[in-house]
Amino acid sequence: MSSIQLESVSKHWGAVRALDAISFQAEPGSFVVLLGPSGCGKSTTLRLIAGLDTATAGRIRIGGRDVTELPPAQRGLAMVFQSYALFPHLSVAENIVFGLKVRKVAPGERDARLARVADLLGLAPLLARKPSQLSGGQQQRVALGRAIIAEQPVCLMDEPLSNLDAQLRGEMRREIRALQRRLGITMVYVTHDQTEAMTMADRVVLLRDGRIEQVGSPDELYQSPRTAFAAGFIGAPPMNLLRLERRGEAWHFAGTEARAPWAGAGADETSLGVRPEDIDVAPDGALPARVDTVEYHGADSIVAAQAGGQPFLIRLPRHAPLAPGDSIRVTWRPDHQHLFNARTGERIPA
Amino acid sequence: MRSQGVIGWLLVLPAAALLALFTHYPVVATIVDSFYATSRAGRPGPFVGLENYQVMVADEVFWKSLWNNVWYSLGTIPLSITLALVMALWVNSAMRGRTWLRVAFFTPTILPMIAVANIWLFFYTPQYGLLEKLTTSLGFATHNWLGTESTALACVMVVAIWKDAGFFMIFYLAALQSIPPSLAEAAALEGAPRGYYLRRIVLPLLMPTTLFVLVNAVINSFRLVDHIVVMTRGGPNNATSLLLFHIYQVGFSFWDTGYAAALTLVLLAILAAAAIGQFVFLDRKVHYQ
Repeated sequence: MSSIQLESVSKHWGAVRALDAISFQAEPGSFVVLLGPSGCGKSTTLRLIAGLDTATAGRIRIGGRDVTELPPAQRGLAMVFQSYALFPHLSVAENIVFGLKVRKVAPGERDARLARVADLLGLAPLLARKPSQLSGGQQQRVALGRAIIAEQPVCLMDEPLSNLDAQLRGEMRREIRALQRRLGITMVYVTHDQTEAMTMADRVVLLRDGRIEQVGSPDELYQSPRTAFAAGFIGAPPMNLLRLERRGEAWHFAGTEARAPWAGAGADETSLGVRPEDIDVAPDGALPARVDTVEYHGADSIVAAQAGGQPFLIRLPRHAPLAPGDSIRVTWRPDHQHLFNARTGERIPA
Repeated sequence: MRSQGVIGWLLVLPAAALLALFTHYPVVATIVDSFYATSRAGRPGPFVGLENYQVMVADEVFWKSLWNNVWYSLGTIPLSITLALVMALWVNSAMRGRTWLRVAFFTPTILPMIAVANIWLFFYTPQYGLLEKLTTSLGFATHNWLGTESTALACVMVVAIWKDAGFFMIFYLAALQSIPPSLAEAAALEGAPRGYYLRRIVLPLLMPTTLFVLVNAVINSFRLVDHIVVMTRGGPNNATSLLLFHIYQVGFSFWDTGYAAALTLVLLAILAAAAIGQFVFLDRKVHYQ
């Protein structure tokens, strides 16, 4: 088991700052997810850790050892690529043992490890096939096998599930997480899918425009987002952000006469965040709204509504007894609301 | 249904007519002609059976040309393909001025063979040619490169390699660029040295291209004789006479069309055998994406 430390790591492509002084740490044996929208620098971060690109500034340590200048092979890590990067002319078995052959591991040892990995991933019947004869999920497993047969203490994954269908993605999510726990690998996993981050991670590193927006457990990111961006990125559907206006001493929801349930001394531009699942429809609710659409999902319904021109979502259990055009009033518990400075995006402490 | 069939045939008619006129009829005519003596003074030549082929067996120039061609193929094909691969690997790497280098490597291909032959003719010219100036300034004795039996064939081979390598490079370059960069990264993560990656991953993935280039190179080595016509006319003492050049001389210098037809059939048979052999034997070793 190895820890991974990044100390103010930057990557510039000419004038473009792909990464700007990123620092975070992955504890030995933990599962760290780098999360963010496309172009936020998460894949760049992973490639810097792997050594496929070199950092413009900063230090990278794996297991306490400074690897910033080392070539990829000497960093003691394995990687699963988004495209799987399987060698198309080699069989599944040859693909998996490729690295062992390069490192001249004895054939007996090689076969034993191959058998173990094939057994672990259910690849035994497929060993003689070529990658083109496999389904997407099977190719994914082969890529995984190639990564774990090396028995490296660190494994990096670059959006490994993005090419799979939804059901398979769910299965592989659980499988990868279980594998990581069983083998005690330190995992750094890149994804833009917040569901993957929430379900798999010990720690989530949320990135935006080459900077860290928030680092924390999935629960911390969900319960107390540090910025409006984090609030709007985590959760499915994510947190609603409603603009507030100050009229005299009191705060109102922008575009409405309704008073906001908050009396703090915020900046002039303030947003109130509340999660769709925390909103209730009640006759004496503080905020009047109109229903736009109702989406039935089975276990719950997502109601799209608007108040004073500001759209927001409500999640209600089962069938919501609402129809488009209905006038409703909504409410929520005061401890479920989050306040953000709308200009800087920073959280306003309660 | 019937009228549809008629329309279908009418649609293929132009292409079929052109093919028949310029490909199928000449092939059949060549086969037939090879069994007849050459017509003289307007009278058609008599049927002579296999006599043209018997003449061929006794024709020293034919055997000389055939062996020349074998050496020419063996000398030019492996070298030009290897050179093409090396050049492609070089200009595929990220470096300054690689566009310029690609253009430089490809230039010989876009020049007409006649022009190329004339450039090289100047290089090889005795006394004041480029090569002569270089060797005599280094203190070597003067040498007539194209005029000596022992060096003439090698000289025309160099020209063919110089011209073909750039052309084959383009195919290798295209194939190299279709290999995803993540394969190289995956190999680098496993610690595979560059040579190992080239040998175990790149070369096998280039095999379809190699097969294609090989077939083309073999056909080219029997088909391209422009530079022979310009540089040596088959001399000295038939040292640079290739099979097609011999056919050209028999057919259009000596006007012995019956014998030329027989020689052509032999050339076709050699090329067909080479192409089939390559596809049958190499295809098993080729991985297609």
